[in-house]
Amino acid sequence: MRRLLAFIKSSVGKKFAMAVSGLLLLGFVVAHMAGNLKVFQGAEKLNGYAEFLREVGAPIFGHGEILWIFRAGLILAVAVHIVSAIQLTAQAKAARPIAYRRSVHLEDSYASRTMRWGGVIIAAFIVYHLLHLTWGTVHNEFVTGDVYHNMITGFQVLPVTLAYTVATGFLGFHLYHGVWSALQTLGINHSRLNGARLMSAGVAIVIVVGYLSAPFAILFGVVE
Amino acid sequence: MRLTLHVWRQGGPKQTGAFKRYEANDISEHMSFLEMLDVVNEQLIKTGEEPIAFEHDCREGICGSCGMVVNGVPHGPKDAITVCQLHMRTFADGQEIFIEPWRASAFPVIKDLVVDRSAFDRIIQTGGFISVRTGSAPDANTVPIPKVAADAAMDAAACIGCGACVAACPNASAMLFTAAKVTHLGLLPQGQPERLERVTKMVAQADIEGFGYCSNHGACETACPKEISIDCIAQLNRDLLTASARGVL
Amino acid sequence: MDLRAGVPPGPIQDKWQRHRFELKLVNPSNKRKLEVLVVGSGLAGASAAASLAELGYRVKCFCFQDSARRAHSIAAQGGINAAKNYQNDGDSVYRLFYDTIKGGDFRSREANVHRLAEISLNIIDQCAAQGVPFAREYGGHLANRSFGGAQVSRTFYARGQTGQQLLLGAYQALSKQIGLGAVQMFPRTEFLDVVVIDGTARGIVTRNLVTGKVETHAGHAVVLATGGYSNVFYLSTNAKGCNVTATWRAHRRGAAFANPCFTQIHPTCIPHSGDYQSKLTLMSESLRNDGRIWVPQANGETRRARDIPDAERDYYLERIYPSFGNLVPRDVASRRAKEVVDGGQGIGELRNGVYLDFRDAINRLGEQTIAERYGNLFDIYQQITGENPSDVPMRIYPAPHYTMGGLWVDYNLMSNIPGLFVIGEANFSDHGANRLGASALMQGLADGYFVLPYTIGDYLAQVKFENDDVGHAAFADTVKQVQEKTKRLLNVNGTRSVDDFHRELGQLMWNHCGMSRTASGLREVLKTVPELRERFWREVRVLGNGDDFNQSLEKAGRVADFFEFAELMARDALERHESCGGHFREEHATADGEALRDDENFAHVSAWEFTGVDKDPVLHREQLEFEYVHLTQRSYK
Ligand SMILES: Cc1cc2nc3c(=O)[nH]c(=O)nc-3n(C[C@H](O)[C@H](O)[C@H](O)COP(=O)(O)OP(=O)(O)OC[C@H]3O[C@@H](n4cnc5c(N)ncnc54)[C@H](O)[C@@H]3O)c2cc1C
Ligand code: HEM
Ligand code: HEM
Ligand code: SF4
Ligand code: F3S
Ligand code: FES
Repeated sequence: MRRLLAFIKSSVGKKFAMAVSGLLLLGFVVAHMAGNLKVFQGAEKLNGYAEFLREVGAPIFGHGEILWIFRAGLILAVAVHIVSAIQLTAQAKAARPIAYRRSVHLEDSYASRTMRWGGVIIAAFIVYHLLHLTWGTVHNEFVTGDVYHNMITGFQVLPVTLAYTVATGFLGFHLYHGVWSALQTLGINHSRLNGARLMSAGVAIVIVVGYLSAPFAILFGVVE
Repeated sequence: MRLTLHVWRQGGPKQTGAFKRYEANDISEHMSFLEMLDVVNEQLIKTGEEPIAFEHDCREGICGSCGMVVNGVPHGPKDAITVCQLHMRTFADGQEIFIEPWRASAFPVIKDLVVDRSAFDRIIQTGGFISVRTGSAPDANTVPIPKVAADAAMDAAACIGCGACVAACPNASAMLFTAAKVTHLGLLPQGQPERLERVTKMVAQADIEGFGYCSNHGACETACPKEISIDCIAQLNRDLLTASARGVL
Repeated sequence: MDLRAGVPPGPIQDKWQRHRFELKLVNPSNKRKLEVLVVGSGLAGASAAASLAELGYRVKCFCFQDSARRAHSIAAQGGINAAKNYQNDGDSVYRLFYDTIKGGDFRSREANVHRLAEISLNIIDQCAAQGVPFAREYGGHLANRSFGGAQVSRTFYARGQTGQQLLLGAYQALSKQIGLGAVQMFPRTEFLDVVVIDGTARGIVTRNLVTGKVETHAGHAVVLATGGYSNVFYLSTNAKGCNVTATWRAHRRGAAFANPCFTQIHPTCIPHSGDYQSKLTLMSESLRNDGRIWVPQANGETRRARDIPDAERDYYLERIYPSFGNLVPRDVASRRAKEVVDGGQGIGELRNGVYLDFRDAINRLGEQTIAERYGNLFDIYQQITGENPSDVPMRIYPAPHYTMGGLWVDYNLMSNIPGLFVIGEANFSDHGANRLGASALMQGLADGYFVLPYTIGDYLAQVKFENDDVGHAAFADTVKQVQEKTKRLLNVNGTRSVDDFHRELGQLMWNHCGMSRTASGLREVLKTVPELRERFWREVRVLGNGDDFNQSLEKAGRVADFFEFAELMARDALERHESCGGHFREEHATADGEALRDDENFAHVSAWEFTGVDKDPVLHREQLEFEYVHLTQRSYK
């Protein structure tokens, strides 16, 4: 027990929370992407899917209940993720009060350096995104329940698509370092089995392409 | 060759420091970086200015005393060496060089380029050892160790405790130093009994000392004069997880 | 002056066993009340401090570096000897004993050396158990190499970092005790004097190198483990901080200094490249196992090494010493190198070196094997010279490396001042006139782990005084003297830097008291040093003040002591009218230039008594008896 407490208190413990929550979020992002791709299969399929999400568990569960359980988990993961991110970032800042006159980046990659800001941008995006496609607050042709329509009309607006593109780009970077980093944090990584690096790169690319395919297809009228 | 140096001068722990500009003339490219500083100091003494304080002892890359950030890079631009092994042939004539101390709140500056690294000692004191009473050891060959394990342990044991990993890490994390010792001892049969206790205590101490956390940037590995691999960090994380898991049961 | 070695009677194999039994033991409950001050955290100091703390004594440990882990032992590369006979090549305790006595050219104490050989076995066990990653064979058992002229493979090693790994082992043992509060560690603290009260060592005076505060520590016993004084030559393979200050100041307080002229010049170092040179780098002697040493036959040869055919090369060691070849002992190898270079066959820009060539070894064993054996040494070399030894032969030249001389100690490692013990390189040690490779690490750890912890008990069991006498006038006086010396250094405010003086002293000593010595040269030294010293005290410039971190001040104090010590070293060399081991007097050589001992008159330890600066020291002799190894003229032909 003592060791467990020590672990939770330790910086590595917080990193562990970060990694696990991060991977959970990854799980969601992957599933969500799969869902989005149904837009290519037409309105019925996509809306049906959205409907299905709300109906799963019926009749034992009522409308949207299961979904809410998922959402709860999601919100928790994001909370844990952000909180540990903030704590660890604070610790890091305290550890180096005076910066170097000349800082050369010996770090791994641009991705590893942009985890924090990238994360914040992603967070901001999620909020915007909810207002846009979930609640329709910032969507002027929003029709509740018609996800297909909302997406089509939503992404025909160039600035919107660009916003999504930027956000998804950051998500890609975030995951490129994040997935590998999570494996390292969980002690699974070793340079001799360096599939880890490639894998995280693969994940990042799949996510970015997978997500952006829909908006651009719509923008260029491939999907109406 | 002639060089323009910008050296961090700081009177003491409490005082605030600043860069001071010095011209280093007739420097030979065969000089080591520290010999170049010796020459500068000789000039300073002549002009009645206190020489630049910097740590050094063996001057051959093994004691871990020396350490300074040269143009933003701990131990200077060349890989896998300490600053005392850096030779001036690495630099171009007329080059500008910025020289700073390690910067980390766990390494407070004592004077100029000299910092207090006793935090490292305290990390070792909490568990960086194998307990064996003098005289109580069995014959060395009664415990065979596979060559690969012994070699891997030696790789990690090569750490000289210089602190460049902390200096390089964007989070000023002491993870690589700590992991090197955890890995060295953890790879050997003699190190098993204390293995989980060791990693738990050492990581806790590193946090107490005010080092940052590790976000797997890998800058430490790049800066390490002994090329300690961040695989050691994965190893440490693994051991720490096992330790806490066992802690539950 | 009482120089009784106190060697126990009986056959040499049983002396140590028997002695250990006869040593008085300290009652466990008393140990907690007994305080031991260990100065030095190298192999000797760290191992002693850790072991004493384990036994229950209260220990304080001091070192001038920022961490105990940085003691100069860290730099040892090649390996450590032990008579394990794991290779089954006929090694034995007795053979190690024999080789060490002979290697030391019959100027060491048989009983001590035999003890050392016995203990060598335990050292390897202890270190392996601590997790020292010694080199291993594929079967998982420990690997050995033959080293420094030994004809059996008894040297254990950890790549080219044996000293580092052994020291870290001791440092970690020490760290554990510090963590437990059993040892109080004082890094960045310089020992400046020992406090002697009615003839016994009762404490020390130190300076905190960060705050400049001069402090006193009382103890029931004081242990000096402060290393060697090779830096009297300014340029040596030793770390910059290595000094004679600790042993010299103890000498000034009455401790006899033994064989100061016994210094070792290491044959395989990188030749210096200019006046700015601040230290010399050793290339481990193990390189001589596979490298062949040669110079061009023609003087002033200008061709590149590769272009010189074998017929025009002089593999002089193999020529002169067919049976030992490149593996002759250090003193011999060094002197021969000096000969050929002085003779004009030197190579390199400054013509100040000889070649150490791996061409044949690489052809025989392949680049891979050689890289495995010497990889990091090759890297170090390339780093410094910009040349890659697997393409062009290494350039090497001898350099000061180790000092066999040191404070005189008896069989219990206690100096002639009761309560003052001296271990490791700091004592006059078991190496006689020349140390064999890989035996200093052995001696340091033997002293610290396995000898001192027993023998010191014999003294502590008898101490009567309480340890509360920091108030004693002797402490106040000593502090005053220390502070005055510091003030004096700061107040000279002359024109020349400390290094400048040190360089000049070093040159002088290297020229006349180095690899080979002559009466006239030594007289020259005795004449010049006092003048130089006097100039030092008039012209040295030490900036800053005494109450903060001041590296110039540290150096100045050390160089001031070297100036006093250098004189004693030269005098000792002058008084020893023979050649033995590292001490080579050109007047005393055989026809073919080998060292010529004079056992009639010089089979003794010269122990010097301090009578005052600018006063002649008094010479005392400890006669050496050789019951087991017969005095023979060393021959490696
Ligand atoms: C480059 C090199 C390579 C070597 N290779 C080998 C080898 O392969 N095999 C071998 O057997 N031997 C080797 N040696 C010799 C061997 O390393 C040393 O003789 C041995 O390590 C000395 O150990 P020590 O503990 O006596 O002293 P050191 O390790 O020198 O420790 C001295 C300690 O005393 C402290 N100290 C000194 N002066 C003061 C003071 N005034 N106040 C406070 N503290 C002080 C220092 O801080 C340090 O902690 C080598 C030596 C060198 C220089
Ligand atoms: C760029 C392509 C994307 C598209 C086309 C898209 C589309 C959608 C749509 C249509 C919804 C509403 C679903 C519904 O109400 O049933 C939704 C919800 C959501 N999206 Fe996205 N999304 C994209 C990217 C992202 C990204 C990158 C993230 C997170 C990193 C994300 C996180 C969410 C979340 C959290 C919800 C709310 C889910 C819920 O209702 O519980 N989306 N998305
Ligand atoms: C919601 C806003 C987010 C913020 C503020 C954020 C921030 C961070 C930060 C600061 C890190 C730590 C980087 C480091 O180790 O220093 C991190 C790691 C990570 N993040 Fe995020 N992130 C966010 C969203 C996400 C999302 C949506 C995902 C998944 C799709 C994700 C996956 C990961 C992963 C896998 C890691 C690696 C954990 C590790 O390094 O061990 N993050 N994140
Ligand atoms: S890990 Fe490398 S950089 Fe860090 S202290 Fe050890 S040797 Fe220096
Ligand atoms: S650079 Fe720092 S973040 Fe970790 S991998 Fe190295 S300690
Ligand atoms: S001075 Fe020893 S490592 Fe640089």
